[in-house]
Amino acid sequence: MAGVTRTPTHLTQGGKTRAGIGESTLRPDGTLKVTGEFAYSSDMWHEDMLWGHTLRSTVAHAEIRSIDTGEALATPGVYAVLTYDDLPTDVKNYGLEIQDTPVLAHGKVRHHGEPVALVAADHPETARRAAAKIKIDYRELPVVTDEASATAEGAPLVHENRTDHHIGHVPHPNIVHRQPIIRGDADEAAKRADVIVSGEYVFGMQDQAFLGPESGLAVPGEDGGVDLYVATQWLHSDLRQIAPVLGLPEEKVRMTLSGVGGAFGGREDLSMQIHACLLALRTGKPVKIVYNRFESFFGHVHRHPARLWYEHGATKDGKLTHMKCRIVLDGGAYASASPAVVGNASSLSVGPYVVEDVDIEALALYSNNPPCGAMRGFGAVQACFAYEAQMDKLAAKLGLDPVAFRQLNAMEQGTLLPTGQPVDSPAPVAELLRRVKAMPLPPEQQWRTAGAGADVRALPGGLSNTTHGEGVVRGIGYAVGIKNVGFSEGFDDYSTARVRMEVIGGEPVATVHTAMAEVGQGGITVHAQIARTELGVQQVTIHPADTQVGSAGSTSASRQTYVTGGAVKHSCEAVREKVLQKGRAKFGTYHPAWATAELLLEGGKVTTDGGEVLADIADVLEDEAIDLELEWRHRPTEAFDLRTGQGNGHVQYSFAAHRAVVEVDTELGLVKVIELACAQDVGKALNPLSVVGQIQGGTTQGLGVAVMEEIIVDPKTAKVRNPSFTDYLIPTILDTPTIPVDVLELADEHAPYGLRGIGEAPTLSSTPAVLAAIRNATGLELNKTPVRPEHLTGT
Amino acid sequence: MRVTFTVNGRRQEADDVWEGESLLYVLRERMGLPGSKNACEQGECGSCTVRLDGVPVCSCLVAAGQVEGRDVVTVEGLADFARQRAERGGCAGGVCGTGLDEAKRWAAKPAAEEQAGGQSGGPGELSPIQQAFIDAGAVQCGFCTPGLLVAADELLERNDSPSDADIREALSGNLCRCTGYEKILDAVRLAAARGESRTAGQGA
Repeated sequence: MAGVTRTPTHLTQGGKTRAGIGESTLRPDGTLKVTGEFAYSSDMWHEDMLWGHTLRSTVAHAEIRSIDTGEALATPGVYAVLTYDDLPTDVKNYGLEIQDTPVLAHGKVRHHGEPVALVAADHPETARRAAAKIKIDYRELPVVTDEASATAEGAPLVHENRTDHHIGHVPHPNIVHRQPIIRGDADEAAKRADVIVSGEYVFGMQDQAFLGPESGLAVPGEDGGVDLYVATQWLHSDLRQIAPVLGLPEEKVRMTLSGVGGAFGGREDLSMQIHACLLALRTGKPVKIVYNRFESFFGHVHRHPARLWYEHGATKDGKLTHMKCRIVLDGGAYASASPAVVGNASSLSVGPYVVEDVDIEALALYSNNPPCGAMRGFGAVQACFAYEAQMDKLAAKLGLDPVAFRQLNAMEQGTLLPTGQPVDSPAPVAELLRRVKAMPLPPEQQWRTAGAGADVRALPGGLSNTTHGEGVVRGIGYAVGIKNVGFSEGFDDYSTARVRMEVIGGEPVATVHTAMAEVGQGGITVHAQIARTELGVQQVTIHPADTQVGSAGSTSASRQTYVTGGAVKHSCEAVREKVLQKGRAKFGTYHPAWATAELLLEGGKVTTDGGEVLADIADVLEDEAIDLELEWRHRPTEAFDLRTGQGNGHVQYSFAAHRAVVEVDTELGLVKVIELACAQDVGKALNPLSVVGQIQGGTTQGLGVAVMEEIIVDPKTAKVRNPSFTDYLIPTILDTPTIPVDVLELADEHAPYGLRGIGEAPTLSSTPAVLAAIRNATGLELNKTPVRPEHLTGT
Repeated sequence: MRVTFTVNGRRQEADDVWEGESLLYVLRERMGLPGSKNACEQGECGSCTVRLDGVPVCSCLVAAGQVEGRDVVTVEGLADFARQRAERGGCAGGVCGTGLDEAKRWAAKPAAEEQAGGQSGGPGELSPIQQAFIDAGAVQCGFCTPGLLVAADELLERNDSPSDADIREALSGNLCRCTGYEKILDAVRLAAARGESRTAGQGA
């Protein structure tokens, strides 16, 4: 790494307290992050480095007839211009599950913003201007943008000659994957229903909008390899996709995680990784690529927009009889995580309810819209929005309280999912609803000031000063959801942790080395807590995440505390056992407890479970280090049957319930969310402060999609119309209400410490709760996210 | 062109600056101060907030040439800035920048070098608002944090006991995608409650 002057650092944290699990210990990277010294991927710097720039398609679907790079290449300051023809090997595509995504477009572009050419220059503006001089001759092709156009007779195929493993069971080549789930007999059960409600729901395309745009630095190595510093969610998944395109063995592509400015699913797919490496290997110079916000909107996949048709029935005493649904997700031009999103949407389409007779179909389209893939909530979000609207409709039709109706049908431990899989850990759905309803409501008309005036900041419209309370109506809504934790459907979901224990300066210290992507969630905080708890040390150093250690899997699916946390615990236990073995060999004859008692490492000492001190760890270890790297996996899952959807596909579930209180200016159609209360079961809060932070953050992303967030794609041209923070709005601190949180801890006996993955569940129920509250305030049906003023005023 | 201005109390010069470069670019890429973040480049997200002659601005929207001869405080200098302000008893002149005399006396602290090596600095080296952000759990990915710190510090400088509505209004130009803002509010309340900013309220 000689010459790299700004790179990720080791994070060392001591502490006066025990700071083990269950305590709100502070982030080891906190000081670096508040002083501006934390090295994010966009902060990487190398002397003599070049800036890379990506030229992207200006049209959604077109044949590329020619590319002329001559003028760009002749621009002073430009070191390289690369197109598809410059790719060094026969591997020219990549992809998470299906390798259908070209590194650079070849012959055809399939969506607006697809990468076509790369430029490296000595200044980012030089690179941008040179890229603008590349001449591409497009012949535009008709676009497919929804189910009707994608599956129409004679529809243009987004991918001709598909050979992936889903093509055999999909009804049309423009469908990536389709998963039906049939259980019981929904038609027969419908005959028992006293009321039936149905609806069509539309969920808009959401952007992860992580604040740190895609970026990184590739440094060519003397051995012909490359060192890549990048922000990602899964180093080893990137590596598996990058190395073959470069024609390098994986050990010659050395990846180090640099600071990640948020992720939320948007960094599961590759963005600039291969591009920077190609430019670095071509020029022999370090190359940095940093997307701006405009490019970031094209640089990562989005949340699948969806159309959902639901039918539910219930008896007059409020018991659900059946559910039928059809969920059409738009996967856009490339597969990304679409197949797994389909699996989630279908298997969680019933929600946290008992319904024995179901007829479910979920599918993802190929279209010329922007590619969609992973985002927090991953298929379960869209379904929750629809089934929770249905629950309110049913309750209203039956004259029942919407919370009581949900509780009457709430899933419990032992309930079967529509896949036939029993939920084998606590499922406190009714209890979470009870808790969230029991929280005190915010006072009415909080916007009134002492002098009978109005603080407009607390009213819909805010500082635009559009109302002083006239036409403002309050509404309250509830929702609850279920999210799976970890990778499902038979995926070998494991993680690796290397733990080293040694004596430094007379004190035992531990080093934890994993490839886990810390994206802000606080995984590194928890790893240090686990090491302290298991090894009884005060000082724990977190080694930078890199590919010099085994895979940690993805920072996705609420899985990292469970799986990499589990791996750290597992490796620590093995290290502890080695320490105890050494202790027994060395000191066993001095005290019988070495042979008979349950021994712990606590406060730097070997103790009995009764607290008696047997030895200092420092004396046991002396100058010897114990260093182990071990894998750990959760219980295996199985694939869903392609015809019936049956199978034990999931490993764990996470539940959250929300109550939204909104005030709506009914004249202007403006919404102010006053409060968004959440109750969530977390199994065991390893770091309570971080748990609450995750719940509040997830809740706010759900609020965003409820009332403001949507990537708008022109249905005629498939071009993105709002790729900027001026036109794609995410909640500001003025849009975000107070978020009281009630945390329940019912242990899952299958998981380390009984914990549950927590990051995604709050993103599910937040959106439908806000929608329910707006419906409650306005009496309108509202079947689409986001709710816009015109939906409320009818104009 | 050459641009000369004061950054965190030190006179800095940048050569060969292209006229289109922003203050943010010059800080990050030419002066080795990457703490201010680039997240939107159009003044919507506030991640690049710095003080320009005491006024919080989005440095992505300020052309580098406009800063000639002026005074900039970034997140890297926030702790020093807050300490000097506290020692001075506020900023009665209405502008809380570093004066020329002080700038001449300014010296880089060795502690800054240690921190760059990966050791977290002790709490004494942070400004009250920085410490409060850590303590309250207001930092997750941290990309919005530098801009929020500069904006929140400026709020507490002019209002040492802000209401929640005041905090929300003052920070409404700073987007955060991770926290849902609750812990950011907590952090500002905490810093205000700790009272370290008490000496700063008389200006502007």
